[in-house]
Amino acid sequence: MRTGSRRSVFRRARGDSPAKRAVIHAVLILACVMSVYPFLRVVSVSLRPSNQLLSTDLALIPPGASLENYRALIFERDFTIWLWNSLVVSAASVLVGLMLAATAAYAFSRWKFPGRRQGLLFLLTTQMIPAGMLLLPIYIMVVRLKLFNTYTGMAIAYSVGSVPFSIWILKGYYDTIPRELEEAALVDGASPLVAFYRVVIPLSTPALAIAGLFSFMTAWNDYMMARVMLQKPNMFTWPVGFQKLMDQFQTAWGQFAAASVLVAIPALALFLYSSKWLVSGMTLGGVKE
Amino acid sequence: MIPLTWDIVARGLGEIGRLLGIVAVIVVVLEALAYLILHRLLKYKYSLPFMLLLPALVGVMALIIYPFGFNIYLAFSNMNMFRFKDFSVGLSYGITNFLDVFRLPVLQKVTFFQLLGRTILWTVVNVVCHVLGGLGLAILLNRPMRGKGVYRTLLVVPWALPQVISALAWRGEFHFQYGFVNLMLERLGLRPVPWLSDPRWAFVAVVLVNVWLGIPFMMVVLLGGLQSISQEYYDAAQIDGASGWQQFRSITMPLLKPVLTPAVILGVVWTFNNFNVIYLVTRGGPMEGTDLLVTSMFKAVFEFYRYGFGAAYAMVIFVFLFIFSAVYLRLSGGFKGAWES
Repeated sequence: MRTGSRRSVFRRARGDSPAKRAVIHAVLILACVMSVYPFLRVVSVSLRPSNQLLSTDLALIPPGASLENYRALIFERDFTIWLWNSLVVSAASVLVGLMLAATAAYAFSRWKFPGRRQGLLFLLTTQMIPAGMLLLPIYIMVVRLKLFNTYTGMAIAYSVGSVPFSIWILKGYYDTIPRELEEAALVDGASPLVAFYRVVIPLSTPALAIAGLFSFMTAWNDYMMARVMLQKPNMFTWPVGFQKLMDQFQTAWGQFAAASVLVAIPALALFLYSSKWLVSGMTLGGVKE
Repeated sequence: MIPLTWDIVARGLGEIGRLLGIVAVIVVVLEALAYLILHRLLKYKYSLPFMLLLPALVGVMALIIYPFGFNIYLAFSNMNMFRFKDFSVGLSYGITNFLDVFRLPVLQKVTFFQLLGRTILWTVVNVVCHVLGGLGLAILLNRPMRGKGVYRTLLVVPWALPQVISALAWRGEFHFQYGFVNLMLERLGLRPVPWLSDPRWAFVAVVLVNVWLGIPFMMVVLLGGLQSISQEYYDAAQIDGASGWQQFRSITMPLLKPVLTPAVILGVVWTFNNFNVIYLVTRGGPMEGTDLLVTSMFKAVFEFYRYGFGAAYAMVIFVFLFIFSAVYLRLSGGFKGAWES
């Protein structure tokens, strides 16, 4: 590719006429408005004072804007409990999932053992099983193990779901670490396991962080499993709590909006920061070994 | 309101600690057993990789394979709300369950074939809109221009927002009187639409929400694909006098295929299995008019408490999805790169 020239679909695009450029910008601005407006509207509803909660006004900053909804949400609802429950469950599931995935991915990366190809393929296939299908058997298992309404039950249910995905990400990363590094450790008399924990694991912190982040987001944003497994209000994770808030639309719309803003802003920031890896991870079907 | 007290924090941390401890102990015990059996007893060449694999293997067995098998077992039972503990299992129950899927309404009104047709319609409309919308935006963005980064960031917002939040927010915005969709229609001089009380309009509403949610993913993936196509192909085509459309058809589309195929498969599987959008925006209503296969299965199990029937129904849905994936993979050679090592 020539330096200085950016690639484009149609060569003519490089010399776009001003009229065409204006049209392109207009279309993109319209698309941006459509993509962002619903969230701006959530922000706007969250600022409504309680006497105007149900208004037909479309102004983005409502007349008499106040933070009353945020106050009510934090001090009169279980909002902090929901966030805490989500945090506990997601963090636990990430730690359990990574414990399982880190070593398994290493085995897939370094040894050509019989069944390796089938194993990797099988991991991809498990991702095709709709989550809803395993919901009933897992629910019954959790009830029988007396783990219903507990952090432990939720964390276990979430952790394994993300193990196959984490194994794929970690394996891809281990593949890029030269074997010579471990061999040097082996020459120095370390056992293969010591070489793994002392050499490979410290080098793969970025991959562990990414795999952990994605499993965290899966658990953090899940509604379906939480809806089934958690019946006690003091165990609700935020998606279940938010849904209960929205059920009281006429009285709690503003609080729901405030809660959404508080949860969405960190999520947006994190997503924009990590989206580069997210895309490559999700299309891993096309990744060559 | 329940305040977040130190008690609750300590209980949570204690429970995580205990869970991690138990998992660590189980891992160590498994490893030791594997070491003794594979390495000491059998002197197997690959004992180390299998030791490393074992914990994940047990986890996947316990929480994916076993439930899968357990689900088949449940499909042959008469388990329901009244028989949660003392249910019985038999071939005749299984046959009844599987036949019921096809011959009786799955919930109260809607039948399996209606749901299947609606799910296919839903999947096709959504994925087509995702690909067309995503491709259009990607083509517009794939050129030197001012503000490209800003556009790109703003356009991925629907994907970046937690889905539960967007779905619930849209449910509010489709409110007949106070939602912005109708308010805007009124300002434009149109009549407000009964989005959530008329089954047809409700279906339009959930499709709109899901199209809005799904375009950014396709846009980002396709933009990545477009950027990896070398300009030289277009230069050569230009010299041969190919028109813009010809270049698009014979350069862009074929070279985009390796990126497009896995993205479409993912898109189809996600859309087919979509639960959040339907359940949180319309609950499948009104009058079961927006239920899809997955939401009706969920409702049959967790709202109508028909466990045995629900398990059979889940199997049927899985078989349909499996056949689709197999056919599609065969036709397109989709995941080829993934296992050719």
